Amino acid sequence: MSLPSLPANFGAENFKASAKYSAPVRRPVEPVGRYFLAHASRALRGHTWSEYEKIEAEKNVATVDETDEDADLGDEEQSEELLSHDPRDWKTADLYAVLGISHLRYRATEDQIRRAHRKSVLKHHPDKKGEKQLGQDGFFKIIQKAYEVLMDPTKRQQFDSVDEGAEVAPPAPKTSYDFFEAWGPFFEAEARFSKKQPVPQLGGLDATKPEVENFYNFWYKFDSWRTFEFLDEDVPDDSSNRDHKRYVERKNVAARKKAKTEDNRRLLELVERAFKEDPRMKLFKEAEKKEKERIKWEREAGARAEAEAKAKKEAEEAAAKKAAEEAAASAKAEAKKSKEAAKSAKKKNKRAIRNAAKDNDYFGDAAKAEAIDADINLLIESFDDLVLQDVASKLNGADATTAKSTLEAVAKELTASGKIPASILTYFV
Amino acid sequence: MVYIGISFGNTTSSIAAPSKDGSIEVIANPDGERAIPSALAYIGDDEYHGGQALAHLIRNPQNTIINFRDFLGESYEKVDPTLTEKSAKAQDLNGSVGFEVSIGEDKEALKLTAQEITVRHLKNLKAAAEDYLGKSVEGTVIAIPTNFTDAQKKELNSAASEAGLKVVQFISEPSAALLAHTSVDDKLITDKTYVVADFGGVRSDAAVISVRGGILTVLATAHDYELGGDKLDDALSEYIAKEFEKKYKVDPRKTARSLAKLKDAAILARKTLSNVSTATISIESLAEGIDFHSSINRLRYELTARNVLNQMTDFVEAVVKKANLDVLDIDEVLLVGGVSNTPKLASNIEAVFPESTAVIAPSTDSKATYPEELVARGASIQASLLENFDDEEIAESQSPVIINTQHLTKAIGLVGAEGEFITVLKQESTYPIRKTLTLNSPKGDVLLTIVEGEATVKETTLEPEAPEDDDEYSDEEPEVIKEKLYIPGKKLAELAVRDVTTDTLDVVFNITKEGTLSVSAREPRQGSVPFKGEVSHD
Ligand SMILES: Nc1ncnc2c1ncn2[C@@H]1O[C@H](COP(=O)(O)OP(=O)(O)OP(=O)(O)O)[C@@H](O)[C@H]1O
Ligand SMILES: [Mg+2]
Repeated sequence: MSLPSLPANFGAENFKASAKYSAPVRRPVEPVGRYFLAHASRALRGHTWSEYEKIEAEKNVATVDETDEDADLGDEEQSEELLSHDPRDWKTADLYAVLGISHLRYRATEDQIRRAHRKSVLKHHPDKKGEKQLGQDGFFKIIQKAYEVLMDPTKRQQFDSVDEGAEVAPPAPKTSYDFFEAWGPFFEAEARFSKKQPVPQLGGLDATKPEVENFYNFWYKFDSWRTFEFLDEDVPDDSSNRDHKRYVERKNVAARKKAKTEDNRRLLELVERAFKEDPRMKLFKEAEKKEKERIKWEREAGARAEAEAKAKKEAEEAAAKKAAEEAAASAKAEAKKSKEAAKSAKKKNKRAIRNAAKDNDYFGDAAKAEAIDADINLLIESFDDLVLQDVASKLNGADATTAKSTLEAVAKELTASGKIPASILTYFV
Repeated sequence: MVYIGISFGNTTSSIAAPSKDGSIEVIANPDGERAIPSALAYIGDDEYHGGQALAHLIRNPQNTIINFRDFLGESYEKVDPTLTEKSAKAQDLNGSVGFEVSIGEDKEALKLTAQEITVRHLKNLKAAAEDYLGKSVEGTVIAIPTNFTDAQKKELNSAASEAGLKVVQFISEPSAALLAHTSVDDKLITDKTYVVADFGGVRSDAAVISVRGGILTVLATAHDYELGGDKLDDALSEYIAKEFEKKYKVDPRKTARSLAKLKDAAILARKTLSNVSTATISIESLAEGIDFHSSINRLRYELTARNVLNQMTDFVEAVVKKANLDVLDIDEVLLVGGVSNTPKLASNIEAVFPESTAVIAPSTDSKATYPEELVARGASIQASLLENFDDEEIAESQSPVIINTQHLTKAIGLVGAEGEFITVLKQESTYPIRKTLTLNSPKGDVLLTIVEGEATVKETTLEPEAPEDDDEYSDEEPEVIKEKLYIPGKKLAELAVRDVTTDTLDVVFNITKEGTLSVSAREPRQGSVPFKGEVSHD
């Protein structure tokens, strides 16, 4: 093993402490061996211990646990009735109570059964009963039977199958109870018979639908190891009456079969009942209905939106059409109005032009009034709107000379452009 | 001054003492027994001891006393009466546990408490030792279970002194066994974690013991009073009984005498099967005057005893858990007690531990000390060590101020050049402690990073070896080998060592009684100056 070189940036210091080491634990060491004795002599040499040090040394010592290891077994006492149970009828005794572990039952481990047996033996062994009870070892016989049965996996299953002490009754029908509180313990207890482990449990109101479905699926198909051999009638072991023996055996087989069928039916019926009563099923149904509605509503949303859009579009189109029509109408009116205005303006202009000569005393040529009016009428007829407007505005308020020259200029222009033949004018040429 | 070591079991006892060359010897009694049955029988006016007493179990069970050790200092209420079902029955003698036997011509009743029987037993052991050593023996170190109560120790102490033996020290059985095991090649100097599993006749005991700096600390213990050689005897007796019944249609379990004969045959067969692969069973007049002759092979026996043997393995696994450790943490499993001669027991235990864990038993390690002798040997080692101390020193060395010491809860070490963790002090090291090691070093300036070790589990998958013959079908699974590795954890300090001119550095870790850890490093040459620093704990 090699050490690394010092990194260049370590600095000038030689020692840098960064943390304390983890708190130690005080334990007694074994006062054995030469290394211990060397340690002890070193520590003891010329040293006396103060009271304080002595007290400190006994504080917070982590000693090895040598306490009663049977604490998990409790201290169950057997009832007088059980103690005086006839050993010949041992099969009818509560074998777990016999060993003082009726609080554990099918949950007891093999080790617990072993220790419980030892405890019972220590207490109930006939040798412990003294002389006055000589021969009264009935209960001890039951203890040995219980041990024999419970330590043998097959026999234990047979007993557990009919262990009334482990049974949890389902809620009585037609009474009021909390579904979960009443059925939960029932299924928990019933689960012990399942060949398949672990067994799904009832759960609570917040369980999901797959959980609940899984639960019922499992329990509808419950595969039980429960058997009913333990209730067999004893087969007579005298060989003298073979027929009777065979008869009892056959009867036992039939009884077991019947009990098994009945048990399967019992469980199935209870599972069905629980299923029917399960408030979660109703909740799931409701939730499902709501969900369906939601989905339907969602599914129809497309069509609905389409219709809405169509209606909207139609309304919009109608409105647009109406607006267009209105606009057209008003434009027409407007046009008409402006046309009329133009017309009246034209009329007004024409009139103004026509009156220009008369208002200016025919420019001093009153004698030629007829010719002037005739020319003006010819001119007016050949004016386009622009010229009309232009001439009218020029004539507006104009004096005689301006009026005459304006009219002369316009006449000249018109004849020059060939719009009026010069020949038909008589005055303004 | 001669001190002997005594192992005092419910089933057998052994005595050991140093021989002339200093090595420890287990002393045989005049009948040549080294595992001397803890048994006394009273026949007529005579007292029989050891194997001679045990022989009377068949003809005279009510006058043969066995299995009395655990009754010392106990009330009758706590006593398991099945232990004496086939011998003189345990009974309540004025609040103590005792026995009643009849002696002499007139069958006079003699009541003996467990303590009194122990006096007689120890007297016999002492006599055997003195007979062999040719010297008088004054003192002894007696090994006792870790859970012996003060009342039990007190009675045993008084019994010993009445037998003329001063108890110099009681030593726990697993520690004694471990002392004996580690005395060969001074294995104690190597820091290791052990399971000491002791399978006796009527009980099984196990302890997890860490050895650090040669000092032993018990981390956990377990006891099972329903597990031991007797249970193996029961299983084998039942097998023989069935064979007999099948052959002769006679139930050989009907009388106490037949049952005793069955057990006798079972013990003999079991012991034989520990060494060879078949044993003959031969019982004279087992029932209704019919003799039984048969044989059994090891495989059949192992099948018959499977349940009990499995319980023994479970028991060993359980004590490791109880110590909050993993099988990977265990360096060695030391098998102790007569039953540990059973090959299948050792191989079953090997199977639950990783390959790196050594299981020490005669069948796995030909150099292993006989498991039934380990405890007495260890007691004797301690006894001879104590010869140099006076009573007061011995008493003081066992006082809390000396015994209750601090143990590290994490390993402490250094970071190596490859970034690896170099263990210096293992977890559970007790202090005061001083550890020196020499490490390779570059020239120039060197860095020592002092860290705590963090445990990790490394898994290596070994592909099964390709079968040599192509046609051969190989169903071997790839094997996953797990090992515990430590990597650098919390950094405690850094120490620079400058201008190194040598190839190595001497590093010293020292923790004082008060818990101050000092680390120093220096070149391994005369006059070099150490670089050092100190770390304290939380
Ligand atoms: N070679 C062997 N092979 C198998 N079993 C053996 C062998 N030698 C002794 N035994 C068995 O070991 C048991 C006795 O073991 P041991 O002498 O260690 O017990 P113990 O310590 O006196 O008893 P306990 O621990 O119950 O107080 C007996 O059951 C005996 O049959
Ligand atoms: Mg022992």
